[in-house]
Amino acid sequence: MTTFKFTQANLEKIEQETKKYPVRKPAVMAALYIAQEQNGYISFEVMKEVADVLGITAEEVLGVVTFYTMYHQKPMGKYHIQVCTNVSCMLRGGYEIWNQVKNKFEIDHMGVTADQNFSLEEVECMGSCGTAPMIAVNEDYYENLSKEKVEELLDSLKGSN
Amino acid sequence: MEKILLPEIKDFHLIDVYASNGGYNSAKKAFSQTPDEIIDQVKKSGLRGRGGAAFLCGLKWSFMPKTTDKPKYLCINGDESEPGSFKDRQIFEFNPHQMIEGAIITCYAIGAKTAYVYIRGEYHKWIKLLQKAIDDAYAKGYLGEKMKETFGTSFSCDVYIHKGAGAYICGEESSLMNSLEGKRGYPRVKPPFPAQNGLWGCPTTINNVETIANVPKIIEKGWEWFSKIGHPKHPGTLLFGVSGHVNKPGVYELPTGTLLTDIIYNYAGGIPNDKKILCVIPGGTSMPPIRGDKLEGVRMDAESLKEVGSAIGTGGVIVMDEDTNLVKVLARIAHFYHHESCGQCTPCREGTGWLEKILKRIIAGKGSTSDLDLLITVANQIEGNTICALGEAAAWPVKFMVERFRDYFEQRVSKENSLPVANKVHSMRETAFPLADVKN
Repeated sequence: MTTFKFTQANLEKIEQETKKYPVRKPAVMAALYIAQEQNGYISFEVMKEVADVLGITAEEVLGVVTFYTMYHQKPMGKYHIQVCTNVSCMLRGGYEIWNQVKNKFEIDHMGVTADQNFSLEEVECMGSCGTAPMIAVNEDYYENLSKEKVEELLDSLKGSN
Repeated sequence: MEKILLPEIKDFHLIDVYASNGGYNSAKKAFSQTPDEIIDQVKKSGLRGRGGAAFLCGLKWSFMPKTTDKPKYLCINGDESEPGSFKDRQIFEFNPHQMIEGAIITCYAIGAKTAYVYIRGEYHKWIKLLQKAIDDAYAKGYLGEKMKETFGTSFSCDVYIHKGAGAYICGEESSLMNSLEGKRGYPRVKPPFPAQNGLWGCPTTINNVETIANVPKIIEKGWEWFSKIGHPKHPGTLLFGVSGHVNKPGVYELPTGTLLTDIIYNYAGGIPNDKKILCVIPGGTSMPPIRGDKLEGVRMDAESLKEVGSAIGTGGVIVMDEDTNLVKVLARIAHFYHHESCGQCTPCREGTGWLEKILKRIIAGKGSTSDLDLLITVANQIEGNTICALGEAAAWPVKFMVERFRDYFEQRVSKENSLPVANKVHSMRETAFPLADVKN
């Protein structure tokens, strides 16, 4: 079992975050994002380290990790593709796009391709209703999509590997 | 019509452009008055919350205790997770400084030294945009210690962003506070209300991003001006986010009381291929839907929508044309609330799952007429029996959709289908022994 330690630069980032609040605990959410970026996903070792850095218990960290959907407890793909299928997107073809992406990579919700390059998530409303349908790749939104545009986007991601 | 929140000025999001158009003058004006005078003006303006409940903003502020040795906090709710709602991101992107200025004035009015803007985690881009605006405001001396000099006042405040991590429920105010404290986002039992016992047990006010962004204009132009815009009982403009089957989806800033048909046909460009409208959800998926044949004369403000049995919510208008499969839409809505139920209260945790299962059974072609009654029964047992309003949010769309589109749903279920499980539960309830008998 490998142990996880924050890099010095990341420790400083977390310290910066704690300064926003009167106590250290609220920085747990930011610390988990930073940990996820450094480690790729959030393991129990990561949770212990976050707990130690913030002076809270590992159980408290676990509680936070399991409550929010954006913290991943297993490694996701290099490109984490999120497709919204909620009502506004659904009315404008969200499910067609969802199926298109699913078939393209032959993975399902929260699945990861064998080469670890792509993972897929069916997400709830991303606040992109006026520009539906949409896909988010990691942190970036791609909006007003059509079947062709999706194909183009996915191919460009595949090509960049 | 004049735009209050999203003026058509090029590069208005830049601090210099904002300042050269009179930006941050309202804050200066506010500091020449007492906090009570500010609260009084906002009260008189009639500004109501834009987050869904449409509660009177000034009244909410006045709940903050005047004498307390605890620090006070302002939370600005930018969680914006209600499906159909995408207005706050426009403010972050196109007019962030008006929100920051609103935060300064609100902090001063309620006596808070710190404001947290809670933004949903998926909004990476908009978090960066707002952070840039906040950094600029610090650099120009509109925030932090330097603002004392800039505004010539003894007051100072800080504005921070707290990034969420993907949970619809964190838009509920008490859940938002728990999330901000670094906990699971469970809603809290009220009372005590945030004004007494909020963040870290201290007095806290929570307002929506759009509400706060209105404040500088009220201070600048006066409450009388504001109170004359739109519907007298719900004045101002709203950011209507129109989505679904319309030609020009997007956010339209219009006075409250605008005709719904005006929004759909004139601003959003009507329905593709001139189809008829089957259903409109006027304020985000949790609000009761309106039938397409009952849209004439419906005005978009809290009072008028109440009269037609719906609510303004976040102003997210979702339009569905005549070819929409409403059962699938409703099942998707039910799935959403099942997914987002935090699990604290049994009626919501279990009930939302049942709503989804029953609707999926109808989609599978195995639904019966009794299922429609069962849906309403389950919805009624969720509504009012939970800590927070997610119970209502999950129950309302199902209950009102089935009630108002009964004919539509009845065509998609069969009278013959026998449903042993569901019916058994009902029959058991009717014939069960009274509790006292069981004990003996």
